[in-house]
Amino acid sequence: MKTQQTAWLRWYPVWSRNMRVWRKLIGPALLGNIGEPLLYLLALGYGLGSFLGQKIEGLEYVVFLASGLVCSSAMNTASFEGMYSAYTRMAVQDTWIGMLTAPLTLRDIIYAEVIWCGTKSVISVAAILLVATAMGLVADARAILVLPLGWLVGACFGSMALVMTSIAKTYDFFLYYFTLLVTPMLLLSGVFFPIDGMPELVQTIAKILPLYHAIALMRPLMIGQLPTDVLLHLTVLGLYILVALPIAIRLISRRLLR
Amino acid sequence: MDTTNPVVNIRSLCKSYDGQRVVDNFDLQVQRGECFGLLGPNGAGKTTILRMMLGMTPPESGELNILEQPVSQGSYQVRQKIGVVPQMDNLDPDFSVVENLRTYASYFNLSGEIVRNRIQELLEFARLTNKADEQIDSLSGGMKRRLTLARALVNAPELLILDEPTTGLDPQARQLIWQRLRELKHSGHTLIMTTHYMEEAQRLCDRLAIMDHGKVIVQGTPQELIDAHVEPHVIEVVGNDVERWQAQFNKQDSTRFESLGESLFIYAQDEKPVIEDLCKFSHLDFIHRRANLEDVFLKMTGRDLREE
Repeated sequence: MKTQQTAWLRWYPVWSRNMRVWRKLIGPALLGNIGEPLLYLLALGYGLGSFLGQKIEGLEYVVFLASGLVCSSAMNTASFEGMYSAYTRMAVQDTWIGMLTAPLTLRDIIYAEVIWCGTKSVISVAAILLVATAMGLVADARAILVLPLGWLVGACFGSMALVMTSIAKTYDFFLYYFTLLVTPMLLLSGVFFPIDGMPELVQTIAKILPLYHAIALMRPLMIGQLPTDVLLHLTVLGLYILVALPIAIRLISRRLLR
Repeated sequence: MDTTNPVVNIRSLCKSYDGQRVVDNFDLQVQRGECFGLLGPNGAGKTTILRMMLGMTPPESGELNILEQPVSQGSYQVRQKIGVVPQMDNLDPDFSVVENLRTYASYFNLSGEIVRNRIQELLEFARLTNKADEQIDSLSGGMKRRLTLARALVNAPELLILDEPTTGLDPQARQLIWQRLRELKHSGHTLIMTTHYMEEAQRLCDRLAIMDHGKVIVQGTPQELIDAHVEPHVIEVVGNDVERWQAQFNKQDSTRFESLGESLFIYAQDEKPVIEDLCKFSHLDFIHRRANLEDVFLKMTGRDLREE
């Protein structure tokens, strides 16, 4: 009866638990994952796009939008999961405390949550990819590469979200993060329009934040091109994880294991 | 393994929060197969001690050995052989009864046929077999507690740590938990529990310690504590004329009075003179009983209400 999980795989049962909970609600979850981008593409892509009367960076607006939505949805999904859902598991249901009375460490749990945030982003990216492909908005098969990138983007935003979770006292606290960071990133990183026309300062700030780099990597793959400065963009996303994750572990550990 | 080595061996354990000592030079040795009770008012440091035993709270100083392994912060291995019933149920509300057990087993890297059989046994043990596929929300408090106990056994632990296992349960639910804990003790498990119920401690615990302000005040078997710290007979008197009776009663030196609200507790070596005299006051209600653990507890920790 007594076996010990290989150390580097100890995140797996925690990830698997989250996956099984997600599967229980797979219907509404997938409906949201598919329905929402579909609405955006129809309403904004075709609706608003028809008024533009010009191409954006040589693309139909709906194509431009589809290639941005894969990124913003990876961000949104991981941010929600890393805040509202993770907070529920940490502070409301005491799920993590329950896990900590088993032979798991807080590090195992937080790694699992980040890997899970990435997984959920991949699911939402896959849903949009499916919708966009069905609508003929994806250039070619190289777009499949947005899936692994979606994981990285999800892990990045998940790590950042967990830092917020670690200091949250209520769900309302997350509104600060959404209002001050997620929404500005969504609007100013190039999801809906290119940021070249924005004031210099806004562009500079956007380029420091991770969503810009996610778009720089994923959009070209959606429209039949190849991203440039790949290493730079990957490094920025990776750096956000490398900085946020230890902070989250430290703060949550201080909160739960004092 | 040397069976004379204690399952739990704690020496001079200390812990402070914000400069305030919550566990102060705590010592504890528990032998295999023993049931040990930690009693004390809220804030006495009981839960903190249990958390330190599990490696979930870093001790400030002292020695902490569980199952012959030193415990330190992050030493998760020791938990492989421990079962925990936490003070607050933290069952997974998204899962059914059996899924809760299966999921918890997965945290111990346990799966497959052996676990499936074990889970069936545990469902029977917890009398939840016909609830196996129910959602957690539909369970009563007693069922949730039994499920938490079953969950704590999923890894076949040698040591069980129970933090107020029956708090908030009705008498029937409590009786069933007690019966199960007794069975576990008889099958060789070592149990460490905290409780606010003196009756529970008296029935289940081989030995116990009463704590207050992070310190152990007294330690021993329930009977030893009763014999050593309180008079054998207790007479509780109720009525608005108690004071008048008290004033006229010519008490022996060994008899002790304790007032609590409208009640008077009389602790006596010899109960007869007290009862005889009380009978003269026909409007006073009284009961005579043997001293129990609650009397020891109240004597050692005071009757003041703890607001914490």
